[in-house]
Amino acid sequence: MNQKLSIVWNGILKENPSLRLVLGTCPTLAVTTLAVNGLGMGLAATFVLICSGAAVSALRNVIPSKVRLPAYITIIAAFVTLLMMLVKAYLPALNSALGVYLPLIVVNCIILGRAEMFASKNKVFDSALDGLGMGLGFTLTLVLMGSIREILGSGTFFGLDLHIPMDPMTVFITPPGGFFVFGILMGLAVLLENHTGHRIERRSSCEGCPSAGVCGGEEGQA
Amino acid sequence: MIAAKLGAIFFSMILVNNYVLVKFLGICPFLGVSKQLSSAVGMAVAVTVVMAMATAVTWPLQQLLERFDLVYLQTIAFILVIAVLVQLLELFLKKFIPPLYVALGVYLPLITTNCAVLGVTILNIDEGYSYIESLVCAVGAGIGFLLAMVLFSGVRRRVEDANPPKCMEGLPITLIAAAITALSFTGFGGIVENIFGV
Repeated sequence: MNQKLSIVWNGILKENPSLRLVLGTCPTLAVTTLAVNGLGMGLAATFVLICSGAAVSALRNVIPSKVRLPAYITIIAAFVTLLMMLVKAYLPALNSALGVYLPLIVVNCIILGRAEMFASKNKVFDSALDGLGMGLGFTLTLVLMGSIREILGSGTFFGLDLHIPMDPMTVFITPPGGFFVFGILMGLAVLLENHTGHRIERRSSCEGCPSAGVCGGEEGQA
Repeated sequence: MIAAKLGAIFFSMILVNNYVLVKFLGICPFLGVSKQLSSAVGMAVAVTVVMAMATAVTWPLQQLLERFDLVYLQTIAFILVIAVLVQLLELFLKKFIPPLYVALGVYLPLITTNCAVLGVTILNIDEGYSYIESLVCAVGAGIGFLLAMVLFSGVRRRVEDANPPKCMEGLPITLIAAAITALSFTGFGGIVENIFGV
């Protein structure tokens, strides 16, 4: 039981996808102008992570390793389509808030990365748990980013007016504010790592991308 | 009138709606491949070519999907088409234009899962653009990507030499630099509408 719990916990803290593995940067920056959008995006990605993790794991002995990238993408795209139908039907407000970033979950490298790194090597239930942990870690980071940007940029929190006695700093809800808050948060994460002695090297893009092995990008970088 | 509209789309994709700095699509290559000018340009040119090709194929495909009431398959169909297209382009270049393959080939596999490519094809449909408008928009988006990559690789060289606080070294300070680069692009807001009067 403890072992199962540690798989979930791993995704939330030790391998936090946004701040430590630097995966899924695009949605992290794009949708976090409001905390509630961050929550919606995070939960949407969690749904796809759990389902695709389980599916990839269940099919791991069937998919030939040469075509595993297209196979994973198709599996993920199927679940994203399912998710889009659900969101459009039941949460139209979230659908219009996330816009194009909802279908773009297909190419979110957290999901492809976990399929390659974890689900293709582990049992179905463990893979689903890994998806859950990763998803929760992603959601927490997105809500944190969204909260900071919403409070500083609009003076509200989850839509509630906080009555801050100063003008909101609109720059925080603009794109530059997104880069800035993400940079500062990552800096804080590194500061924390330095204190606890768990510093890891962060790599952006293909160098650190877990799917580099499948797409051959590793050589491209060198 | 049509020329003005196409011009407005083209320049707003480059300056106002820049995919990387304003819409946050394609951040991974933006942060990862922008260390050197040559690789930044190679990646951006490859992205531009794939964006234009993907749009050229997905726009008619969308009409087909609409005709047969299969719009819900959009995401799956588009991503598979892009994946196949990138593979084909890679094979074609390898066989027939080896020098170009050497220059661009290494970036091609990375582009399949680049959200900017899937993003431009879906956004073109969402905006309701015509075929020509979609193509102009895709090329504009690619050139905007190129501009952002080239500018940022220049910024990046200065950042690499700088001496930030220890916890900000590497990626965090790069993100802050990206914030300042993005800030400079907010100055273009409204400029295209004024020039083209659209």
